[in-house]
Amino acid sequence: MLTYTFRRLLTAIPTLIFISLIIFLLLDMAPGDPTAQLPLTIPPEVREQIRQSLGLGEPVHIRYLLWLKQMVWSEPVYYLSQSVDWISAPDEARLISWQTRAPVMDTILERLPQTLMVVGLAYVVGVLIALPIGIISAYKQYSVFDQAGTFVSMIGFSIPPFFSGVLMIILFTVMMPNDSFWWFPSIYDTTLVIDSWENFGKQVRQMVLPVMVLALQTTAQISRFMRASMLDNLNQDYVRTARAKGMTESVVVLKHVLRNSMIPVVTVIALGIPAIFGGAIITEQIFKVNGIGQLLIVSIQASDVPMVQTLTFIFAILIVFFNLIADILYGILDPRIRYD
Amino acid sequence: MFDDTKPATKLVEVNNLKMHFPIHSGLFRRHTGDVKAVDGVSFDIYQGETLGLVGESGCGKSTCGRAVLRLYDITDGSIVVDGDAIGDVRQKDLRTKRPTMQMVFQDPQASLNPRMTVQAIIQEPLDEHTNLTKAEKREKVLALMDQVGLNRKFSGRYPHAFSGGQRQRIGIARALALNPKFIVCDEPIAALDVSIQAQVVNLLEDLQREYGLTYLFISHDLSMVRHIATRVAVMYLGKIVELAPREELYAEPLHPYTKALLSAVPEPDPDLHDTMERTILTGDVPSPSNPPKGCNFCTRCPAVMDVCKQIEPEYREVMPGRFVACHHYNDVTTTAEQTAASEASDRQSLRNGA
Repeated sequence: MLTYTFRRLLTAIPTLIFISLIIFLLLDMAPGDPTAQLPLTIPPEVREQIRQSLGLGEPVHIRYLLWLKQMVWSEPVYYLSQSVDWISAPDEARLISWQTRAPVMDTILERLPQTLMVVGLAYVVGVLIALPIGIISAYKQYSVFDQAGTFVSMIGFSIPPFFSGVLMIILFTVMMPNDSFWWFPSIYDTTLVIDSWENFGKQVRQMVLPVMVLALQTTAQISRFMRASMLDNLNQDYVRTARAKGMTESVVVLKHVLRNSMIPVVTVIALGIPAIFGGAIITEQIFKVNGIGQLLIVSIQASDVPMVQTLTFIFAILIVFFNLIADILYGILDPRIRYD
Repeated sequence: MFDDTKPATKLVEVNNLKMHFPIHSGLFRRHTGDVKAVDGVSFDIYQGETLGLVGESGCGKSTCGRAVLRLYDITDGSIVVDGDAIGDVRQKDLRTKRPTMQMVFQDPQASLNPRMTVQAIIQEPLDEHTNLTKAEKREKVLALMDQVGLNRKFSGRYPHAFSGGQRQRIGIARALALNPKFIVCDEPIAALDVSIQAQVVNLLEDLQREYGLTYLFISHDLSMVRHIATRVAVMYLGKIVELAPREELYAEPLHPYTKALLSAVPEPDPDLHDTMERTILTGDVPSPSNPPKGCNFCTRCPAVMDVCKQIEPEYREVMPGRFVACHHYNDVTTTAEQTAASEASDRQSLRNGA
């Protein structure tokens, strides 16, 4: 297993370099100009100087290699030098956002907690709701509960967050009386510092709406997976064997069926985790959560190439990494799969 | 008719067992019919014997075996196992009865949980039904593995690491764990290759001798049934058409279906093979959801009569120990019953005398 992991990590390196090249070339070909949002009064020659100062004068392969060097060498060394005093900070300038003139990585690290808190919690909530729904739906297939679960999943699959999000705001913020317990804020306040129980309550309340909207989608997906996987296993012969042994129904379902059914579900859950870090572009916009998704969309609008490039590259790393995690989990959970 | 060695106590009594699976169809999924997989089957199994249950694919053999162990909720009929009527007991209350009656399943790969080690698979019934300590359970599992001819060292392995024959041995060890009296073997050798089949059947026979087990041996392999069974029941389309002691059945089959079935057994001698007369059945088995009127076999029977298409033949003892459901034996009945009655009384007097 260990050799397998190392081999996979090694093969991930060329994969990631290739992905980053593709992203870089795509962004280079994309229309848009980083100086487009500057005032129109700036004369063209000054505008050209600004472009040169951003490094846009170099040919594309030089720019790519420079970015790559900063990304995989200068930035890690910088963060190492911050934490350990025997490494000195690198001489090169840090990777700077064209839009804010702030280091790209610092901005990303600032935005990450909000995203992880809201999107991550939504994922956890969604999975926790989805698993029991999937199990019961499969065990009582075609029952009223199963039909209701199927209906809710269908809604979760087919209604996009830009509709359900706005609907939630209308229901719980606009139409709900302000003093009601069921009133929730539609704007996420990032500046809120949790230093008292009161503020903690506020934090919980402002997270409710975005978490609900996102969890609906996760629930829809995972509960369908769970149900299908349970149904696959419920009809297996070894389940009949367990019943013939005289096991209680709870042992049959929870020990025999569920543990086998979890194998594909766990990998699906693992593969969904990179999407948490990617943030939820639309939902974050709707509820004004200034997380990663919101950062990405603003950077795209401003042609902030270093920021977009770095964000997408981080997503790529996470996706490759969690694919590996999912594969390893599969090997741990299913004794029939051995990697060495 | 009964051998002296055969104890006359009935371990299993099945009476008019029916297992119908509902068909739902149409817009509102209304109950529109039933697949009559097992439709009024009666037989007894005596302590220590092996009752072979044969028939072609889809005739309801496996369903019958599972229904006898109440792995299904049966539609109608009564089942008595070891003195307890289990026909209409709730599944929950049936759990305590499960140790007496176990099953060896057809597919040794699918019937073992792929995520449990051999140790865990065999030990699970002990966890559920006994109060042994951990060490005692472990020792019992290893002893069971010895008995079925598995290496003790393999107790930590998973089922996928074994061959088909070894897996079937795990299944047998699992079934034996609780010292059952009655084991239903549902085509235990069908998924194995021929050389392994003999090993597994010999193992089953050895275990039977050692523990006095009673088997219901379901198979479509007529020669294997001839080898292992004491008595043989032949099923066709959810009903038993003939039940007789092994030698009589193979020597002189009564029911036309049994004759056809036996004539389909391959003949190894090439000379005999060319000259032997085979009864070739034409047509397909009718659907169990819509069986023909009268005798179930009337659509394919080479000796069909008019009465067969009108009246369902009664399943009865036409000769001592030989049950058959066929109109051809309507007239022999009286004499047979007389002889049966006289033989029975002879036997009774003999036994009294002894």
